[in-house]
Amino acid sequence: MTLMAIAFYLMAAVTTMAGLLVITAKNPVHSVLFLILAFFSAAGLFILLGAEFLAMLLIVVYVGAVAVLFLFVVMMLDVDFKKLRQGFSNYLAVGGLVALLLLCELIFVSLVTAQKGAAAGHDTLVAAGSETNIKMIGHALYGPYIYLFEAAGFVLLVAMIGAIVLTLRHRPSVKRQDIFTQVTRRRVDSVEVVPAKTGEGISE
Amino acid sequence: MTIGLAHYLTVSAILFTIGVFGIFMNRRNVIIILMSIELILLAVNINFVAFSSYLHNVQGQIMAMFVLTVAASEAAVGLAILVTFFRNRGDIAVDDASMMKG
Repeated sequence: MTLMAIAFYLMAAVTTMAGLLVITAKNPVHSVLFLILAFFSAAGLFILLGAEFLAMLLIVVYVGAVAVLFLFVVMMLDVDFKKLRQGFSNYLAVGGLVALLLLCELIFVSLVTAQKGAAAGHDTLVAAGSETNIKMIGHALYGPYIYLFEAAGFVLLVAMIGAIVLTLRHRPSVKRQDIFTQVTRRRVDSVEVVPAKTGEGISE
Repeated sequence: MTIGLAHYLTVSAILFTIGVFGIFMNRRNVIIILMSIELILLAVNINFVAFSSYLHNVQGQIMAMFVLTVAASEAAVGLAILVTFFRNRGDIAVDDASMMKG
Protein backbone atom coordinates (compact mmCIF):
# COMPACT_ATOMS: atom_id res chain seq x y z
CA MET A 1 0.00 0.00 0.00
CA THR A 2 2.84 2.37 0.76
CA LEU A 3 4.39 1.64 -2.61
CA MET A 4 1.06 2.67 -4.18
CA ALA A 5 1.18 5.91 -2.19
CA ILE A 6 4.75 6.62 -3.26
CA ALA A 7 3.86 5.98 -6.89
CA PHE A 8 0.81 8.22 -6.63
CA TYR A 9 2.68 11.11 -5.07
CA LEU A 10 5.50 10.79 -7.62
CA MET A 11 3.09 10.81 -10.58
CA ALA A 12 0.97 13.60 -9.12
CA ALA A 13 4.01 15.78 -8.43
CA VAL A 14 5.45 15.23 -11.91
CA THR A 15 2.05 15.92 -13.53
CA THR A 16 1.46 19.20 -11.70
CA MET A 17 5.07 20.38 -12.10
CA ALA A 18 5.02 19.62 -15.82
CA GLY A 19 1.66 21.38 -16.14
CA LEU A 20 3.04 24.44 -14.41
CA LEU A 21 6.10 24.44 -16.67
CA VAL A 22 3.87 24.19 -19.78
CA ILE A 23 2.42 27.62 -19.09
CA THR A 24 5.58 29.29 -17.78
CA ALA A 25 8.28 28.01 -20.15
CA LYS A 26 9.82 30.75 -22.29
CA ASN A 27 10.34 28.52 -25.30
CA PRO A 28 7.14 26.99 -26.74
CA VAL A 29 9.04 23.89 -27.82
CA HIS A 30 9.86 23.29 -24.15
CA SER A 31 6.18 23.84 -23.38
CA VAL A 32 5.21 21.06 -25.77
CA LEU A 33 7.82 18.73 -24.28
CA PHE A 34 6.50 19.43 -20.76
CA LEU A 35 2.97 18.78 -22.07
CA ILE A 36 4.17 15.36 -23.21
CA LEU A 37 5.65 14.76 -19.75
CA ALA A 38 2.38 15.80 -18.10
CA PHE A 39 0.38 13.42 -20.26
CA PHE A 40 2.85 10.62 -19.65
CA SER A 41 2.62 10.90 -15.87
CA ALA A 42 -1.16 11.30 -16.08
CA ALA A 43 -1.16 7.96 -17.90
CA GLY A 44 0.73 6.61 -14.89
CA LEU A 45 -2.06 7.89 -12.64
CA PHE A 46 -4.59 6.13 -14.87
CA ILE A 47 -2.71 2.86 -14.47
CA LEU A 48 -2.75 3.30 -10.68
CA LEU A 49 -6.54 3.74 -10.96
CA GLY A 50 -6.84 0.51 -12.94
CA ALA A 51 -7.66 2.11 -16.29
CA GLU A 52 -4.90 0.51 -18.31
CA PHE A 53 -6.57 0.85 -21.69
CA LEU A 54 -7.19 4.56 -21.26
CA ALA A 55 -3.60 5.04 -20.11
CA MET A 56 -2.29 3.43 -23.29
CA LEU A 57 -4.78 5.46 -25.33
CA LEU A 58 -3.53 8.65 -23.69
CA ILE A 59 0.05 7.84 -24.60
CA VAL A 60 -0.77 6.78 -28.16
CA VAL A 61 -3.14 9.65 -28.94
CA TYR A 62 -1.42 12.46 -27.09
CA VAL A 63 2.27 11.68 -27.13
CA GLY A 64 2.00 10.02 -30.53
CA ALA A 65 -0.27 12.41 -32.37
CA VAL A 66 -1.39 15.60 -30.66
CA ALA A 67 1.93 16.57 -29.07
CA VAL A 68 3.78 15.88 -32.32
CA LEU A 69 1.19 18.02 -34.13
CA PHE A 70 1.87 20.83 -31.65
CA LEU A 71 5.63 20.46 -32.10
CA PHE A 72 5.19 20.51 -35.88
CA VAL A 73 3.12 23.72 -35.80
CA VAL A 74 5.43 25.44 -33.30
CA MET A 75 8.45 24.71 -35.45
CA MET A 76 6.68 25.53 -38.73
CA LEU A 77 5.47 28.97 -37.68
CA ASP A 78 8.20 31.55 -37.60
CA VAL A 79 6.93 33.64 -34.73
CA ASP A 80 8.68 36.03 -32.39
CA PHE A 81 7.66 34.45 -29.12
CA LYS A 82 9.36 37.09 -26.99
CA LYS A 83 6.88 39.67 -28.25
CA LEU A 84 3.98 37.40 -27.42
CA ARG A 85 5.08 37.16 -23.81
CA GLN A 86 4.57 40.85 -23.20
CA GLY A 87 1.92 41.45 -20.57
CA PHE A 88 2.72 38.24 -18.73
CA SER A 89 3.22 40.12 -15.47
CA ASN A 90 0.23 42.42 -16.06
CA TYR A 91 -2.21 39.60 -15.58
CA LEU A 92 -0.24 37.87 -12.81
CA ALA A 93 -2.11 39.47 -9.89
CA VAL A 94 -5.66 39.09 -11.19
CA GLY A 95 -4.98 35.72 -12.78
CA GLY A 96 -3.31 34.40 -9.65
CA LEU A 97 -6.20 35.55 -7.48
CA VAL A 98 -8.81 33.93 -9.73
CA ALA A 99 -6.74 30.76 -9.96
CA LEU A 100 -6.32 30.58 -6.18
CA LEU A 101 -10.05 31.03 -5.58
CA LEU A 102 -10.85 28.41 -8.22
CA LEU A 103 -8.38 25.96 -6.72
CA CYS A 104 -9.77 26.42 -3.20
CA GLU A 105 -13.32 25.90 -4.42
CA LEU A 106 -12.46 22.84 -6.48
CA ILE A 107 -10.49 21.18 -3.69
CA PHE A 108 -13.21 21.96 -1.16
CA VAL A 109 -15.91 20.45 -3.37
CA SER A 110 -13.65 17.47 -4.11
CA LEU A 111 -13.05 16.74 -0.44
CA VAL A 112 -16.74 16.99 0.38
CA THR A 113 -17.64 14.73 -2.56
CA ALA A 114 -15.00 12.18 -1.68
CA GLN A 115 -16.10 11.97 1.97
CA LYS A 116 -19.87 12.19 1.70
CA GLY A 117 -20.67 11.16 -1.87
CA ALA A 118 -21.65 7.81 -3.29
CA ALA A 119 -18.01 6.89 -3.76
CA ALA A 120 -17.11 7.26 -0.07
CA GLY A 121 -15.10 4.40 1.36
CA HIS A 122 -14.93 2.34 -1.82
CA ASP A 123 -11.90 0.52 -3.07
CA THR A 124 -10.62 1.09 -6.56
CA LEU A 125 -11.94 -0.92 -9.46
CA VAL A 126 -8.62 -2.69 -9.84
CA ALA A 127 -8.98 -4.26 -6.41
CA ALA A 128 -12.60 -5.32 -6.86
CA GLY A 129 -12.92 -6.10 -10.55
CA SER A 130 -13.02 -9.68 -11.74
CA GLU A 131 -13.01 -8.82 -15.45
CA THR A 132 -10.15 -7.10 -17.19
CA ASN A 133 -10.36 -3.39 -17.86
CA ILE A 134 -10.33 -3.75 -21.64
CA LYS A 135 -13.12 -6.36 -21.55
CA MET A 136 -15.38 -4.09 -19.50
CA ILE A 137 -14.71 -1.15 -21.82
CA GLY A 138 -15.39 -3.29 -24.86
CA HIS A 139 -18.69 -4.54 -23.46
CA ALA A 140 -19.84 -0.99 -22.71
CA LEU A 141 -18.49 0.62 -25.87
CA TYR A 142 -19.94 -1.90 -28.33
CA GLY A 143 -23.09 -2.42 -26.27
CA PRO A 144 -25.11 0.50 -24.92
CA TYR A 145 -22.72 3.16 -26.25
CA ILE A 146 -22.46 1.95 -29.84
CA TYR A 147 -24.28 4.95 -31.37
CA LEU A 148 -22.20 7.39 -29.34
CA PHE A 149 -19.12 5.52 -30.50
CA GLU A 150 -20.18 5.95 -34.15
CA ALA A 151 -20.87 9.63 -33.47
CA ALA A 152 -17.34 9.98 -32.10
CA GLY A 153 -16.08 8.57 -35.38
CA PHE A 154 -18.07 11.21 -37.25
CA VAL A 155 -16.61 13.92 -35.02
CA LEU A 156 -13.12 12.77 -35.97
CA LEU A 157 -14.08 12.64 -39.67
CA VAL A 158 -15.48 16.17 -39.60
CA ALA A 159 -12.39 17.41 -37.75
CA MET A 160 -10.14 15.81 -40.36
CA ILE A 161 -12.07 17.29 -43.28
CA GLY A 162 -12.20 20.67 -41.55
CA ALA A 163 -8.46 20.73 -40.94
CA ILE A 164 -7.74 19.80 -44.57
CA VAL A 165 -10.18 22.40 -45.96
CA LEU A 166 -8.72 25.10 -43.71
CA THR A 167 -5.11 24.51 -44.63
CA LEU A 168 -5.48 23.61 -48.32
CA ARG A 169 -4.76 26.46 -50.70
CA HIS A 170 -4.50 26.82 -54.45
CA ARG A 171 -1.72 29.09 -55.57
CA PRO A 172 -2.36 30.49 -59.07
CA SER A 173 1.37 30.89 -59.70
CA VAL A 174 1.98 27.16 -59.39
CA LYS A 175 1.31 25.12 -62.54
CA ARG A 176 -1.00 22.20 -61.96
CA GLN A 177 -1.97 19.28 -64.12
CA ASP A 178 -5.36 19.77 -65.85
CA ILE A 179 -6.51 16.44 -67.19
CA PHE A 180 -9.34 17.92 -69.31
CA THR A 181 -7.16 20.30 -71.32
CA GLN A 182 -4.57 17.58 -71.63
CA VAL A 183 -7.02 15.11 -73.13
CA THR A 184 -8.95 17.51 -75.35
CA ARG A 185 -5.82 18.96 -76.92
CA ARG A 186 -5.69 18.66 -80.74
CA ARG A 187 -2.78 18.63 -83.15
CA VAL A 188 -3.82 21.91 -84.83
CA ASP A 189 -3.62 23.74 -81.50
CA SER A 190 0.05 23.13 -81.00
CA VAL A 191 1.76 22.20 -84.27
CA GLU A 192 2.06 24.38 -87.36
CA VAL A 193 3.59 23.35 -90.68
CA VAL A 194 5.68 26.15 -92.16
CA PRO A 195 7.26 25.80 -95.60
CA ALA A 196 10.92 26.71 -95.32
CA LYS A 197 12.92 28.11 -98.25
CA THR A 198 16.12 26.34 -99.15
CA GLY A 199 19.26 27.99 -97.73
CA GLU A 200 17.37 30.53 -95.63
CA GLY A 201 15.69 28.59 -92.86
CA ILE A 202 13.11 30.09 -90.59
CA SER A 203 13.61 33.03 -88.33
CA GLU A 204 11.07 34.06 -85.75
CA MET B 1 -1.46 5.63 4.15
CA THR B 2 -4.11 4.84 1.56
CA ILE B 3 -4.73 6.91 -1.52
CA GLY B 4 -8.40 7.80 -1.74
CA LEU B 5 -10.64 9.49 -4.24
CA ALA B 6 -9.90 12.90 -2.71
CA HIS B 7 -6.23 12.62 -3.65
CA TYR B 8 -7.01 12.12 -7.33
CA LEU B 9 -9.65 14.85 -7.32
CA THR B 10 -7.12 17.24 -5.79
CA VAL B 11 -4.55 16.51 -8.49
CA SER B 12 -7.28 17.06 -11.08
CA ALA B 13 -8.28 20.35 -9.44
CA ILE B 14 -4.67 21.57 -9.43
CA LEU B 15 -4.24 20.66 -13.10
CA PHE B 16 -7.52 22.36 -14.04
CA THR B 17 -6.45 25.52 -12.22
CA ILE B 18 -3.08 25.48 -13.96
CA GLY B 19 -4.91 25.32 -17.28
CA VAL B 20 -7.17 28.26 -16.47
CA PHE B 21 -4.20 30.21 -15.10
CA GLY B 22 -2.28 29.49 -18.29
CA ILE B 23 -5.07 30.98 -20.41
CA PHE B 24 -4.99 34.09 -18.21
CA MET B 25 -1.22 34.46 -18.34
CA ASN B 26 -0.54 33.77 -22.02
CA ARG B 27 -3.37 35.75 -23.52
CA ARG B 28 -1.40 36.69 -26.62
CA ASN B 29 0.04 33.29 -27.46
CA VAL B 30 -2.57 31.01 -29.07
CA ILE B 31 -0.33 27.93 -29.00
CA ILE B 32 0.05 28.09 -25.21
CA ILE B 33 -3.71 28.71 -24.90
CA LEU B 34 -4.39 25.54 -26.90
CA MET B 35 -1.99 23.62 -24.65
CA SER B 36 -3.77 25.03 -21.58
CA ILE B 37 -7.08 23.73 -22.98
CA GLU B 38 -5.45 20.33 -23.38
CA LEU B 39 -4.39 20.48 -19.71
CA ILE B 40 -7.95 21.35 -18.65
CA LEU B 41 -9.33 18.41 -20.63
CA LEU B 42 -6.71 16.15 -19.07
CA ALA B 43 -7.90 17.28 -15.62
CA VAL B 44 -11.47 16.42 -16.63
CA ASN B 45 -10.30 13.01 -17.79
CA ILE B 46 -8.54 12.33 -14.49
CA ASN B 47 -11.79 13.22 -12.70
CA PHE B 48 -13.80 10.87 -14.92
CA VAL B 49 -11.41 7.98 -14.50
CA ALA B 50 -11.06 8.48 -10.73
CA PHE B 51 -14.82 8.46 -10.23
CA SER B 52 -15.17 5.52 -12.60
CA SER B 53 -12.63 3.59 -10.59
CA TYR B 54 -14.00 4.37 -7.15
CA LEU B 55 -17.67 3.92 -8.13
CA HIS B 56 -16.89 0.54 -9.75
CA ASN B 57 -18.54 1.71 -12.95
CA VAL B 58 -16.84 1.66 -16.33
CA GLN B 59 -19.05 4.38 -17.85
CA GLY B 60 -16.70 7.09 -16.63
CA GLN B 61 -13.89 5.61 -18.71
CA ILE B 62 -16.16 5.55 -21.77
CA MET B 63 -16.89 9.26 -21.23
CA ALA B 64 -13.15 9.90 -20.83
CA MET B 65 -12.62 8.27 -24.22
CA PHE B 66 -15.17 10.61 -25.80
CA VAL B 67 -13.49 13.58 -24.13
CA LEU B 68 -10.22 12.35 -25.63
CA THR B 69 -11.85 12.19 -29.08
CA VAL B 70 -13.17 15.73 -28.84
CA ALA B 71 -9.84 16.99 -27.48
CA ALA B 72 -7.95 15.47 -30.41
CA SER B 73 -10.36 16.99 -32.96
CA GLU B 74 -10.21 20.33 -31.20
CA ALA B 75 -6.41 20.33 -31.30
CA ALA B 76 -6.38 19.46 -35.01
CA VAL B 77 -8.92 22.11 -36.03
CA GLY B 78 -7.42 24.69 -33.68
CA LEU B 79 -3.95 24.24 -35.10
CA ALA B 80 -5.34 24.35 -38.66
CA ILE B 81 -7.03 27.68 -37.88
CA LEU B 82 -3.76 28.86 -36.34
CA VAL B 83 -1.79 27.99 -39.48
CA THR B 84 -4.35 29.78 -41.68
CA PHE B 85 -4.30 32.80 -39.38
CA PHE B 86 -0.51 32.91 -39.49
CA ARG B 87 -0.56 32.71 -43.30
CA ASN B 88 -2.95 35.65 -43.54
CA ARG B 89 -1.32 37.92 -40.99
CA GLY B 90 2.26 36.69 -40.50
CA ASP B 91 1.77 36.73 -36.73
CA ILE B 92 -0.30 34.83 -34.17
CA ALA B 93 -1.03 37.58 -31.64
CA VAL B 94 -4.63 37.07 -30.47
CA ASP B 95 -5.16 40.77 -29.83
CA ASP B 96 -5.29 41.46 -33.55
CA ALA B 97 -7.68 38.61 -34.27
CA SER B 98 -10.62 41.02 -34.31
CA MET B 99 -9.16 42.46 -37.53
CA MET B 100 -10.32 39.25 -39.21
CA LYS B 101 -13.98 40.24 -39.08
CA GLY B 102 -15.57 41.65 -42.22
